[in-house]
Amino acid sequence: MSIVECKDINKTYQQGKIEVRALKGVTLSIDKGGFVALAGPSGSGKTTLLNIIGSLDQPDSGSVSVDGNTFEKMTQSQLALLRLHKVGFVFQSYNLIPVLSAVENVEFVMLLQGVQAAQRRERAKAILDDVGLEAEYDRRPAELSGGQQQRVAVARAIVSNPSIVLADEPTANLDSKTGNGLLEMMKKMNEEKKVTFIFSTHDNMVMDYARRLILIRDGCIVDDQIK
Amino acid sequence: MYFQLAWRNIWRNPRRTAVIMTAIIIGVWSMIFLNALMRGMESDMIKNSISTLTGHLQIHHKDYRNDPVIENSMYDTKALETALNKVLPPGAHRAARIRVNAIAGNARHTSGITLVGINPVPEAKTSFIGHAINQGRYLKPEDKYGVIVGQALLVKFETKIGRKLVLMSQDTDGNIASRAFRIIGTFKAEMQATEKQFAFVTITAARQMLKLEKGISEVSITLPDNIDADHVTTRLKAELGTDGYQIQTWRELLPIINAYLVIFDGFIFIWSFVVFIAMGFGIVNTTLMAVFERMREFGLLKALGMKPWWIIRDVLSESFLLLVMGMTIGNIMALLCVFALSGSGIDLSAFAAGAEFAGISKIIYPAVYAKDVLISNFVVIILGLLVSIYPAAKAARFTPVEALAQT
Repeated sequence: MSIVECKDINKTYQQGKIEVRALKGVTLSIDKGGFVALAGPSGSGKTTLLNIIGSLDQPDSGSVSVDGNTFEKMTQSQLALLRLHKVGFVFQSYNLIPVLSAVENVEFVMLLQGVQAAQRRERAKAILDDVGLEAEYDRRPAELSGGQQQRVAVARAIVSNPSIVLADEPTANLDSKTGNGLLEMMKKMNEEKKVTFIFSTHDNMVMDYARRLILIRDGCIVDDQIK
Repeated sequence: MYFQLAWRNIWRNPRRTAVIMTAIIIGVWSMIFLNALMRGMESDMIKNSISTLTGHLQIHHKDYRNDPVIENSMYDTKALETALNKVLPPGAHRAARIRVNAIAGNARHTSGITLVGINPVPEAKTSFIGHAINQGRYLKPEDKYGVIVGQALLVKFETKIGRKLVLMSQDTDGNIASRAFRIIGTFKAEMQATEKQFAFVTITAARQMLKLEKGISEVSITLPDNIDADHVTTRLKAELGTDGYQIQTWRELLPIINAYLVIFDGFIFIWSFVVFIAMGFGIVNTTLMAVFERMREFGLLKALGMKPWWIIRDVLSESFLLLVMGMTIGNIMALLCVFALSGSGIDLSAFAAGAEFAGISKIIYPAVYAKDVLISNFVVIILGLLVSIYPAAKAARFTPVEALAQT
């Protein structure tokens, strides 16, 4: 059963006076519970595709649906709610809220969802325990290492039980040992919690972990391997 | 947690927060403190004007105000007494007077003045004269030839207590009446013009001089603080009718003072407006800077699922906190300044001549009205939030991809 459906996605960017065709008719289906890597060189269109799947960006043409919700005709507020309840994000540069502690960063999404304070705190702590940050609840991002920050970002992405987690180059800023640990953790969550993970990457380690590897080049899918 | 987030965000750049808070503090402080000074001046002007023979309301013969001659006196004093006894509330004071234009003269000088015939005892409770004697003594009911003049008139006439002063005016027969009085005392007033204008004799002496048997020119009434002059005026008009009498409140009797009050209100409005414009630009500028600095973060918040409206609400919460903190400190500072000056006031002696012209005392005591404080705070918080909508809307308009691409 597919959780992400993309049909004939086209996207063109204007870079100064030059038009850049980032995606050229991409059609893609990803099943629930997948652990999928979108791989390709820089500028191939993988991040654009990830952003479009996460409704952070709109395609010029084509249709996208996540967990049965087709984005066309949805308002900004409806898309925001969809992201809040269905999509978790992990960014290359962590993107934690600097004035909130680790546990508050994880709680924040649940706050937006309207979860009660006590329940929020309990779930946030539990998920931080799962990612091995039981001793770092009250540390702010500036007091955490890159690997720890990315773990908090993963915890934040999955704490709200989303249908998919989109991770944009999650290991790019981490050393190989930390990156490996992070991938192990995400794989465990994928297996235990059945959360669908979609990565954009050009890191071989991520590609090795992925159960499905989609290669993108010049805005087109050139290979799609299920391992 | 929203509150915590807003609170921590405003302290991310303490220097910037301190700058904008200083602007809000100075703005609120100056609005409240200047209002208090203006209100102090206003209240002093009204108090001086009311105590300088005007009272809260006056009753005259219907033609007296247009033509203040002795012929336009009120003769049916019994009807007046009955109506006043019925209408005036406890704590009100009244004084009947004869008041005509006259000429005062001695061997060296003459000057146009206002001759006021008073009942010394009730007058002392109604106007300033009872507690304004600075030399000699106050009038007694039996004084037939005693006169009290202002200190400035005494100096102008180069005379002193015990010397004679001749007063001349037109009597009820249309002839020039004159009488020699002896100066028994002088009074000090807030304004030199008042000291030069009025000469007080007993009402009996004035009647004898002007051949006015029982008539009076006016009744001046002062009311307790909580009694509305308009209400009493309406009741007196109903009781006495308006055919023979003209009953007016101090606002009608002193149109210039009334105009000053309007001008003061205008000043207060303009000052508040100017202060707010300066403050408003500060708020917009600071909030915009904070928004652009955190563009990436707003992108993240949108990516996490915040609706545009929620982002507006968050930015406005930060502005609200800044405004409330600035307002609190501004209010405390303004009230402390008012409290500090409540005993000594601000001495305007150096500008007294100019201030006096406007009927303002030499020393201004600031007066805080709850209404002014509430309005100042209300204006700052509402307009402050309104001007913050622009940067907030700007933050809400960033698309997540654009915003997250910022470094």
